[in-house]
Amino acid sequence: MVDFGGWDMPVQYSGIIDEHNAVRTAVGIFDVSHMGEIEIRGPEAARLTDYVTTNAVGKLKTGQAHYSGLLYDHGGFVDDILVHKVADDHYFLCVNASNQEKDFEHIRSQNKFDAKVDFVSDRYAQLAIQGPQAKATVQKLTEVDLPGIKYYWFADGEVCGTPARIAHTGYTGEDGFELYVAPDQAERVWNEVMKAGAEFGIKPCGLGARNTLRLEAKMALYGHEIDASISPLEADLGWIVKLDKGDFVGRDVLLKQKEVGLTRKLVGFEMRGRGIGRDGYEVQIDGAPAGWVTSGSPGPTVGKNIGLCYLPIAQAQPGQAIQIMIRNQPVDAVTVETPFYKRAK
Amino acid sequence: MVPENLRYTKDHEWIRIEGETGVIGITDHAQEELGDIVYVELPKVGAKLEQSSSFGSVESVKAVSDIYCPVSGEVSETNPALAESPEKVNDDPYGDGWLIKLKLANAGQIDGLMTAAQYTEYIGSES
Repeated sequence: MVDFGGWDMPVQYSGIIDEHNAVRTAVGIFDVSHMGEIEIRGPEAARLTDYVTTNAVGKLKTGQAHYSGLLYDHGGFVDDILVHKVADDHYFLCVNASNQEKDFEHIRSQNKFDAKVDFVSDRYAQLAIQGPQAKATVQKLTEVDLPGIKYYWFADGEVCGTPARIAHTGYTGEDGFELYVAPDQAERVWNEVMKAGAEFGIKPCGLGARNTLRLEAKMALYGHEIDASISPLEADLGWIVKLDKGDFVGRDVLLKQKEVGLTRKLVGFEMRGRGIGRDGYEVQIDGAPAGWVTSGSPGPTVGKNIGLCYLPIAQAQPGQAIQIMIRNQPVDAVTVETPFYKRAK
Repeated sequence: MVPENLRYTKDHEWIRIEGETGVIGITDHAQEELGDIVYVELPKVGAKLEQSSSFGSVESVKAVSDIYCPVSGEVSETNPALAESPEKVNDDPYGDGWLIKLKLANAGQIDGLMTAAQYTEYIGSES
C-alpha cells in the first residue's frame, strides 16, 4: 500500500505485469475512488465550463464526455480532466485526486458567470473495469444496453441495483467502463464485478498496472507529462485545444505559442541500450543536456522499455538518437512514433 | 518467509555464511515490495566492497533500488543466471535468486547483522 494524496492505494495485487496482461487480454478492475468530482450547474453552466476548459464544450451532446485541460492564464495546466455533459445546465467533471481542491478553487475563481460549482467527491466512488471483456462483465450487472453507449459517452442507470453513472471511458488504452456509484455501495459493486468477471479471469489491478497501461497508450499523467509549467501544445495535446471556440482561460498564451512556435515538445522513446529511462532522468543529445524523461517503464505489451520525454522542438521528431542518463551513464535510446500501443478495433 | 540460518540488514539484504564465503541476496519481503524484477546490476568479480556500500541495483517494473553490502569483502562470484532471468530473484530470493558471493574481509561483521527473529520484527514494525 502507498499513500496517494491521503488514500491508501495498492500498487499491485498479483503483480504489475500479470495485472497489465489481464487488462490487455481479458478484464481488470481498478478502485479509482480517489478521483475527484466537481459539478457545474445552472443556466450558465455551459459558459463557465467552456471558459475554464480547453476543449469545445459546445460540441458535447447530452450523455457525451470528452478529455480536456483546465489551464492557468499563463497556459500551464491546473489539471487534466474529463467533462461529462449530463444536461444543458449540468456538467460533471472527473478530476485528479491530488488536484481536486485546487481545481475547485480555480473554477470558482473564474466563475464570472454565476454558475453553481459544487465539490461532490464525497458522493462518488469510482470503479474502472477495463479490457476486451469489460463490456461482457458489466453487462451482467445492468439493464442498461452497454453496446448502445458509444466510446466517450455515458448513461445514468443502475448497476447491481444501485444508481450508477456508467461511462464508456478509461485510462488504459483498452475498451472499458468507469462506474461512478455511491461510496457505501462500492465494495458490494466491486465484489459483484469480481464475480461477474470470474469466467473471463478478471483481476484486481493497482496503481502500478494503471501506470504501465496508460503509458503504452501515451495518456498523460499530471505531475509527469503535464503540470503548471507545461502547456497542452507542448504536451502534444493540441487535439484538446479548440482555439476557435471563443475565449477561455489560457487561450492568449496558447495562441501566441502557436504563432511564435513551440520551444519544446513531448515525444516518445524506446531504449536501445540496457536500462529503463525513468521519470526525472536527464536526456542528452551528442553529450549535451537536451531534456528530461517524464515517465518510463517496461511496456509489458509492446515488449520494450519505453518512455516519454521533453526535447527541444527541432529534435522532437521520431528517429532522433538520444541518450538517457541512467545512474550517471548515458544509455542509448531513440525517439519513436506514439502511442506505443493501440488496440485493434 | 525469513529463513533461520541467514543474517539480515535494514536494507533487506540477506547473507549466508559458507566457510570463508558469504552468499548475498535480497529478502522475500524486498522482492515482494519491488514486484516484477526486470534488471539486476551486479559488480565485477574481484571488486572490493565495503560494508554498507552500494554494490549494484535491482530494477523492477515500478522502481530501481540500490543494493547494499552486508559486510566487507571481495566479490568471488556473481549469479550468471540473472542477466537472462532476473525474475529468479522474485521466484526464489533465498535460492536461485542469489546475487553475489563474497570472500569475507572481516567475519566479525556478521555478528552486527540482524537474526531472523530480529528481521521479522523489523519488517513487522516497518509496515
